[in-house]
This record gives sequence, C-alpha cells and structure tokens, in this order.
Amino acid sequence: MSDVVERTLGVLPALLGQHEPGAGPGGAGGPHRLSASSRLGSLIRNITALTSKHEEEKLIQQEITSLKAMVSAPTTSLRLMKECMVRLIYCEMLGYESSFGYIHAIKLAQQGNLLEKRVGYLAVSLFLHENHELLLLLVNTVVKDLQSTNLVEVSMALTIVSQIFPREMIPAVLPLIEDKLQHSKEIIRRKAVQALYKFYLIAPNQVQHIHDKFRKALCDRDVGVMAASLHIYLEMIKENSSGYKDLTESFVIILKQVVGGKLPIDFNYHSVPAPWLQIQLLRILGLLGKDDPRTSELMYDVLEESLRRAEINHNITYAILFECVQTIYTIYPKSELLEKAAKCIGKFVLSPQINLKYLGLKALTCVIQQDPNLALEHQMTIIECLDHPDPIIKRETLEILYRITNGHNVVVIVQKMLDYLKETKEEYAIITLAGKIAELAEKYAPNNEWFIQTMNAVFSVGGDVLYPDIPNNFLRLLAEGFDDGKEDKQLRTYAVRSYLALLEEENVFYPQKFLQVMSWVLGEYSSLATDVDPETILTRLHNLLKKTFVTSETKAWIMAAVTKIASRASFSKTVDKLIQEFSSSLDTCMRQHTFELKHLCEDKVLMKGLLPFDASCNDMVVDASLSFLDEFVAEGLGQGAAPYKPHHQRQEEKLSQEKALNFEPYGLSFASSVSSSGIAGRQSPTGLSFGSDTSGNSTEMGHKETNTLKLEGVRKLWGKEGYLPKKESKVGKEDEPQTVSCSSLLARRVAETPVSKSDQVSSLSEEEKEKQQLASTLFVGLGSNANVSLMGKVDLSTQKFKRKSKVDKAQSNEEALNMQNSAASDFGPLVDTVPITKEDCDGDKHTTLRKPSLCSSDTVGETLQSVKKPGLDDKLSDSRLSPLSLFADSNIEILQPSPSSQCENANKTVLLPSLAEELEELPHSEVAELCQSDALALYLCKVWKDDSLLLVVFVSNKNPSALNAVNVVFEKEQHFQILESPACQFPVIEAQSVGHCQKCVRMDKLCTQGVISGFVNYQSEMETHLEFSIPLSLLDFIRPMKMTTEDFGKLWLSLSNDVKQNIKMPSSQDSISAALSVLHQKLKLHIVDIIGNEGILACQLLPSVPCLLHCRTHSGMLALWFRSPCSALPDGLLYQCQKVMEES
Amino acid sequence: MQFMLLFSRQGKLRLQKWYVPLSDKEKKKITRELVQTVLARKSKMCSFLEWRDLKIVYKRYASLYFCCAIEDQDNELITLEIIHRYVELLDKYFGSVCELDIIFNFEKAYFILDEFLLGGEVQETSKKNVLKAIEQADLLQEEAETPRSVLEEIGLT
Repeated sequence: MSDVVERTLGVLPALLGQHEPGAGPGGAGGPHRLSASSRLGSLIRNITALTSKHEEEKLIQQEITSLKAMVSAPTTSLRLMKECMVRLIYCEMLGYESSFGYIHAIKLAQQGNLLEKRVGYLAVSLFLHENHELLLLLVNTVVKDLQSTNLVEVSMALTIVSQIFPREMIPAVLPLIEDKLQHSKEIIRRKAVQALYKFYLIAPNQVQHIHDKFRKALCDRDVGVMAASLHIYLEMIKENSSGYKDLTESFVIILKQVVGGKLPIDFNYHSVPAPWLQIQLLRILGLLGKDDPRTSELMYDVLEESLRRAEINHNITYAILFECVQTIYTIYPKSELLEKAAKCIGKFVLSPQINLKYLGLKALTCVIQQDPNLALEHQMTIIECLDHPDPIIKRETLEILYRITNGHNVVVIVQKMLDYLKETKEEYAIITLAGKIAELAEKYAPNNEWFIQTMNAVFSVGGDVLYPDIPNNFLRLLAEGFDDGKEDKQLRTYAVRSYLALLEEENVFYPQKFLQVMSWVLGEYSSLATDVDPETILTRLHNLLKKTFVTSETKAWIMAAVTKIASRASFSKTVDKLIQEFSSSLDTCMRQHTFELKHLCEDKVLMKGLLPFDASCNDMVVDASLSFLDEFVAEGLGQGAAPYKPHHQRQEEKLSQEKALNFEPYGLSFASSVSSSGIAGRQSPTGLSFGSDTSGNSTEMGHKETNTLKLEGVRKLWGKEGYLPKKESKVGKEDEPQTVSCSSLLARRVAETPVSKSDQVSSLSEEEKEKQQLASTLFVGLGSNANVSLMGKVDLSTQKFKRKSKVDKAQSNEEALNMQNSAASDFGPLVDTVPITKEDCDGDKHTTLRKPSLCSSDTVGETLQSVKKPGLDDKLSDSRLSPLSLFADSNIEILQPSPSSQCENANKTVLLPSLAEELEELPHSEVAELCQSDALALYLCKVWKDDSLLLVVFVSNKNPSALNAVNVVFEKEQHFQILESPACQFPVIEAQSVGHCQKCVRMDKLCTQGVISGFVNYQSEMETHLEFSIPLSLLDFIRPMKMTTEDFGKLWLSLSNDVKQNIKMPSSQDSISAALSVLHQKLKLHIVDIIGNEGILACQLLPSVPCLLHCRTHSGMLALWFRSPCSALPDGLLYQCQKVMEES
Repeated sequence: MQFMLLFSRQGKLRLQKWYVPLSDKEKKKITRELVQTVLARKSKMCSFLEWRDLKIVYKRYASLYFCCAIEDQDNELITLEIIHRYVELLDKYFGSVCELDIIFNFEKAYFILDEFLLGGEVQETSKKNVLKAIEQADLLQEEAETPRSVLEEIGLT
C-alpha cells in the first residue's frame, strides 16, 4: 500500500511540471496561471514531492526563515513583497506560524499598487481576525481607499470592511460607507450594504440611526443590492419582529415577483429563479408571521404558490420546499397549507436520496409535536432509519423519538438511545444525548429499578463530560424523594445495592462523577440496606481511596461517605486502618479529612449529632450578620483589640495619610462619606455604614443565601472542600454481617436486559414482523386519543419523578441554628458545628433556638456560649483570633426574617393589588395589568431594589368562589435568570382576594430589551391556562453607583472597554448640569462630580458590573465616553443615553 | 456560515476561510477533527454532519472535499448548492478546474470566493456578475504589470 503511495507521489512533481506551462484549456488568454519558475510554484512542488511530515517541516522552516529575512529587508520591492505574502499564506495554511508577516501584509495593503494591494488585503483578511490588535493599523488605509475614485480600490476596501473590522473604529468609516449607498455602481452599493450588515452584527447600536437607508436599499433597482439588504432585515426581524410587520407586504410582493420569474435570467440557478433570495424571504416571512394571524394571512397565497412552483426534481427546489415547509409550520397555521406541507415532508422522508431523507427527518422533528399523526404515518420509515448505517440519520431519528416519548414507550426509546450512546465517540453527542436520556428517565421511569439502571448507564458512559446538573439533579431527586415514603426508601435501597454490586467488581474504571454519586448515596443511605454489613461498604470505599485513578475531589466525596457511615457504626476496624494509613498522606486534603474523622471518632455522641440521617434536604437559615459572634467580639474588644474597619475605610485612611500631591484624574473633591459601599460595603456586615435601617437589608441577605442554599441543595453541602457536616443520625448500628446478594444489575449490563416486548418476539419471526412489533411499542400512545401525552411536556400526570416543590418545605426551621453556624463555615467543619451539636444533645434551650426570628442576638450568643465545651472553646478562640478585629465595633442587627422579604413566599393580601408596605417605599413601577380572564387577572409591579429587580405578580381572583391550584410559572429565558424556582403556587385563592408572589430577576446576558414570558394556570370549573409576557429593559437592572471622585479616577484607569460617541444636545438642556440631571433621572446614573463643562457619572449593572461615564459639552454637542469591564454594557447604555436625550 | 474548508483526499488543506473570530489553535484543532471525520465517512452517506453544535455540509468533487459549517437553523440543501455554485465559478474561471489549479492559484480562488461569499453570507448569486467583478480586477492587474503604473494614474486623479 505504502509502496503505491510512494510511487504516486514520485510521479507527481513530473506531472505538475507538465501541467504548469500549458495551464489547461481555459487558461490560454484567460486568467494567468502562475509561471513554473515562480518561487511559490517550486515551493509547492517541493512539498508535494516530500514523503514525510518531518521533511515538510524542515523545508517550511527553511522557507519561513528566508521569508522572514526578505520581508524585513528594506530593499525588498513591493512586487517581491506580494510574492512573499502569497507564500506566507501558503505556509500558514499548512499550519505554520507566520505572524511575523502580519504587519507586512498591512503595509502592503497600504502602499502597494492595485495588484499588490489586492494581495495585501487578502492576506490581512486571512491572517487577522476582527479582534486582532494589528487591525487598527488598517483603518487609515481603508479610509483612504474608500475615498478613492478608483472603483476597484473602493470595492476592495468595502470587501475587507465586510469581513473584518475593529468595532471601536466603526465611526471612522461609517459616514463614508453611508455615502456609498448612493453610488452609481450597483456593486459598490451592494458591498456597502454588506458592510453595514457586518456593522449591525458586531455593533447594532452604531447603525441604529440609518434604518431608513436600509429601507432604501430594500427598494434598490438592482436585485443584488436588494438581496444584500435582506441579510440585515433577517437579523433585525430576528431581534424584534414586531417592529417590521409593516414590511410584510413588501416582502410578499418581492417573493411573488421572484417566484413568478420576473427577475433577470442571470439570477437563475439551474433554471430556478433566484433560490437564495427565495429562501431568505421565506425565512423572514416565517419570523414575521409567527403567532400572528393577521400577518400570516398576507402570506398564505405566496407560500402556496412557492410550493406549487417548486416541482423540478433538483436539489435546489428541495431546498426551497424545505424552507417553505418550515415557514408554513412556523406561522399561524392554515389547515390547507399544513396538509400540503405534510405531503411535502412525506416526499422528503420517502426519498431514496439520503440527503433528502435526512431533511425529512429533521422536518419531522420540528413538526412532530404539532402534528403527531405524521409520526404514525411514517412510522415504518422511522423504524428503518433507526438501524441506518449512517450514524447521522440514526441520531436524527432518535431526536424524533425523544420528542414523542411518553410513559408507554419510554423503555424502548431509552434503550435505543443508550445503544447509540455506547457506540458514539463524539463528545458533544454524548453530552446532549446523555442529558436527554436523564431527562426522559426522570420524567417517565416506569419503576425504580429501571430508573437506577438507566442512570447508572448514563453515568458510566457519559462520565465526566456530562453537564454537572445531571448528577446533581439525580442526587437531589434521591434526597428529596417523593410524597410516598415507602417508595423513597425502596428507590434508595435499590440504588445502594446496585452501587455495591458495581463496586464489587475489580479493575473496573468508573468516571469520577459516577464515583462521587455512588459515594454520596452510600454515605447517606447505605444503612437502608439492613442486610449489608457496614464494614463491607467501608472496605469497598477504602479500596477506592487507594486507587490511583481517583482524583482528590472524588476522594473528598468518598471520605465524606466514610465519615457518615462511621458515625453509625460503633467501632470499625476499617476506619481505624484508614485513619492510620492516611494521616500521613502526602495529599494535604486527605490528611485534613482523616484528621477530622479521627477527632470525630473520638466523640461518638458529637459525631452522631453532627451527621444526622437523611437530613440533606432540610433547609438552612444563614445569619449573614454573624450575630452569634457578638459575644466573642465584645470579649476581644474588652481585651483591647482594635475595632474593625472595613476595607474601603482603611484604604481611605491610608491614602489621606500618604497624600501630598494628587496626580490622579478627578481628584478634585474629597467626599469623606462612606460612599463606596456600592462596590464593597454592601454585603459586609459591619456596623459602620449600616445604621438601623439597613438591618432589614442584612436580614434579607441572609434569606437570599438561604434560598440559594436550598436551590443548590446537594452540591453546596458536599462541595470541593469536602463535607460541611450537618446531619443527624438516629439510625444506629446495624451489625448483621451478611454478604451482599444484590441483583447485580450493572450499568454495563443494561444493554443486555431490555424490557421491550419486541425483542422477545423478534427472535422467532422474520424481519418485517420485528419492525412492525417495534413500531407498535414505539408509537404506542400516539393515537388520536393520546394527543395530550404526545405533547410530552404537558403530560404531567405520568411524570414519575416529579420534584417536590420547594415551597412546601420552607417552614422547616428545625435546622435554623445549624445554619447560623454554617455562615461561619470558613473556620472549618470541625469547629464550627460544635455548638449546635451540643445544643441538639442538650436540648434545654431548644425552644428559643428554633425560632431565630424571635431570639435576639444576645440570647443566641449566650446559648452558644453556654453550650460550648471549655476545651473546644479554646479551639474556637484560637482559630478565630484573626477575625477578632473583624467585628469589633459592630452593632450587628438581629436576624429578623419578615415573611415579605422572602421572595419565595406566596402570601395573600386584600383584593386591590398594592405593594407591601416595605416595598412601597422602594422605587417601583405602577401596578399594571398583565393578562386577564373571566376568573382572574394578573398584575405586575416592578420594584427596583438596590440589589436586584423584584417582580411582584398579583393574582387577583375575580370570581365569587375560590380558585384552586393556581400556578404561576415563568419560562426560562436566555438573557434573564429568575433566582429561586421559576414557579409560584397558590393552593387556593379565596374569592375576591389577591395572592401575590415575588421573584428576583437577574440579567445573565446583556441585552437592551427582553421579555420574560410565562403562564398561569388554575382550576376553576376546568383547568385554564393563561399566558403573559413581561417586557424588561436594560434600565431595570441599572442602579446608581455612589463613589467619590477619587474612587472614580482609580476605577476609570483600571477599566479597558471604551466607547465614545458625540450626541447632539437638545436645545432645552444646553448646560452640562441640565443634561446630566436628565441622565440621572431617566437612567439612574449617579452624578459623581461636575467640573466646568465636564461631568462624571457612575452606575452599575446588577449585581455589580460598574460602568463609568465621562461627559463633556462643546458647541451644542455632548461627548460621551463610557468605560466598563463588560464590553457590551457601554454600547447598551450609549443607546439608552441617545434615546433619552432625543426624547427630552 | 461559520467557515469553509477545502481539503484533498489525503487530508491536505487547500483553502480555508473563517467567518468567525477564532484563535489559530482552535482553527487547527477544528480543521484536524473535521478532516478526519469527513474523510472517514463513506461515499453513500449523507452530506450533512452534526458536529459540536454546528452542522457541517460537505461535498466531494473529484479529489477535493468542500466543507462548510453552518448553524443549526440554516438550510443544508442551499449550502450544498453554495458549494456547487462556487465550483461552477471556479470551473468557469479556470476552464474545467482541477485540484492543481486551486493548489497553484489559491489566491485567485480566494478572490473568487470573496466576490461570491462575503462575511459568511452569499453576496452575489449571479454567476455573470461575480466573474465580471473578478475580470475587472484582473484587467487592472494586467495593466499594473505593464510598465505604466496604475497607482500613478490614480494618484494623479
């Protein structure tokens, strides 16, 4: 074989040589072919002649060295430089470093004549990307070429701008490019539109003002220009379809003309008129017509015509048909069209051409939830595709099955998915597929065994590439359980047994994530398997610890499990052995864990209190103000320790001491107030800036932490740092030595034990029958009566593992005190949990402690003090020496959770929606109606709290009777995140009364405008479903940021993202202070200082992204200069500034 | 479109055009992975490929593979036709194009591509117009090669 290759390669140079001079039939007279003698030609030929990678490397290195010398020699002519660039492009394509030539490419574009310039631009476009710093050097050249009278130069400049251009330099070329929109040559107009499209993509705000010019481009007499403008429209409509509904008719007319063959024949492609244009238009129409019956009405005709006209059997017509079908299914449905589209999908699915078949499947995937009958119609094809030799077809088929899964067919479908999962090597496929399997398993699992086995398979195949929330959710599900205690126990016991069986095997490698899951479950629930000796489990875990492939993170999980199991056994040889073995381990983490374990083992009572059984779901309240340390702080102060000063105060003092001359900008005034709390002080529980009114605030912080703790659940407790103990254990010792006789349902064996009936039949009957059988198992429940379950997501009743709602359990404050301590968990798990444990055991002050809202910090402190053991007390003060100064002069407020500050809390007030008193004082919007039905109305009020945006939704029952089971659910949106759970439940809302729920919202991805949608459903006579959407703007998340001029100066220098823009000042506000006060009022920017005709402002995007603004007025213009660590934020704010200045 | 790659049956890269900013390291990794994956596929298999979160559309012409990466919601078939149109353009320009034409004149192939696709979007679908633009530039190029410098001419105007 290699011999053949060698010979072929040997012949190649000769071949190339022959080919060169003649240059093929078309070459003569036409375009130039490179002459045989050129350097590039010989380079390529030499490389082709080489046989090994090593030789190639050597040759290219040589070439690069000579190129390096040549490009940097001042004598090199531009013509030679052009040659060099071409060779350099070639070297780079082969994967060799050629960055030394980048700057010369830019130079060539700048200095060369047309021919050289062309190569220079090409090299730049290939070498650099749009964030490359050298690109700035090109801007001047581009500006010069744009102003050239030579068409080719202008066109080259526009070409490069449309490919790569530095975002911040757009203002420099924008006016020039706008001019080009009126150019007489259509090619220039077209490229100018294309360049604006590029600008729109990278900085939409910069081209906001030229939207009317886009319209002109859309009406251009040249088809090419019009087609180019569609790119921009597609993007803009994607962002905001409602703003362009008026153009629907124009698009329809254009499409009609195209389909009707009214365009020049040049634009035909295989005798189909302008297919690219058609597809672009179809896509735009789809976006415009979505959920909008009136707009959709306008396009039915043309869509039908498109379907009808596309009849030639060629790829290009299929491409149009496919787009048509997608559009028809996206817009407001019309039954006749849907029928035709469905027929069309059939054509695709049944096509012998594999590409069309794939697209058919893809189309089915999209529409299957709208039209389940299509799946039934094509079930045989789907079955065939399941065993298709091409994995891509298989994957798409699985995607269809995933969408039609219900309680009846889940076993078969998941089996098919697992089969694929085991075959595939591609990481991305594994991640997505494993996620889907886990989702289906959780939703539709027929029984516990199946669920655990399936998840085992997911973990062992998916392993460490899985999304981390899969194992987390799984553990949470186990921990939270369902409403049926017996069922819970069964599931957990089964999990324990299956893991023990898995661990029994020697020399099997499991992914780290899986081992972590196993060790958590074993640690928590191994005592449920009463017939298993804890010693056996400990031995297994011990063995694992000795394995080299186990990472130290996993070891921490295992150690936590060992600790938990040890707490339930009176004495264990294995534990002793383990302590001995690892207390001299080189791994410091391991040593630490071992040390902890050793000390805990010495005090069994303490250990049991510390590690309660099955308490992972209990809620915690965190006392963020650390009030329980008051005593300690007072003591420290009494002994003469210095009072604590927050960081910024220390900084300020230090500065004022050092200060002789201030060279920093904006150092004019020197406010001494504690104003930088916006940055640093907000969360610090110091008494300095927190008067009595902020105490409510700190309580709130505590609550928020509680909520996040709840949310994160399992993960938080057993994190990287190991185990933050807080369990109780009442289930004492089981010491029945018995070997495990588990059903040994191993993950790897899942494949062999499919529960499908079809497989049993298949062995005896012929292939056809087998497929029929499979079809019946797969498509069960897809009949006409089963429409509901088809919709998958709506099918709640069959959900097996529905997560318990968190609201139910909010009231468990059993562990309230635990939590207070875990706030101080930095001090290490050992020390910090001691007091509670004692408290738990003693129990004498239980009643006061259980209600943290009632006890003052003093009592808590006292209680803590009283229950501390003297020995441990010493340890405590030892380890807390350093924080001593921390709380010195703090008058920390007491934890007082008021019900309304709990965002989760869904409580009721009187009928007329009005805000709770404490919210009323905060800035808030009007209460506006969201949606309304006969029975109920939804109102919304936005409360702009200092640290978050709070949405308060009022559900008002207008009925004379009570409404049951009212659920308000917010949908997930990519830009925003709803803290805590996205749903709110009211078991009952009395007649004529109002329930309200509050949600904190955070902006995850920056956008100027967005929408959170959601729905409310409730039970009156029948179940009713009502949708609503809440528009949110960037401004909802902007808060003033208080700071001194000096802080401003410092922060300004440290920030890198710049945006500058001049805007016209409205005549009503010609002074700087007037303009700034507009910004202050409308945008909530904090005015830091005004000096002459300059002003500085500061604000922050919640939670804490600062943005600084410097303004200067000159001759009726306002020069804005933004800086922020977040690159998109200045753009967003600039846009808002422009808007408010125009409005005012 | 995110990027376009041309490579030979031996896995040698012949042309690369990236429409998204990526580091050199990433580009190399993507190229290596994709070339391997595509070459491993049998001729009867589907021309589309799900790869990471992208769709890969590829087609083989003689010994050359043309390979485009598009987003999930893009139309695969029309991308296939984009490839075909590009090959047609090359063919018309070079006159029955072969791999060697592209190897030795890759910069010309890039020029044609830039006239056809700009910034990842189809710029001009009329074959005539694309070639007209290229020829115009070529014409100037010829003049430039003659002693009379075009730069001078332009510089004066």
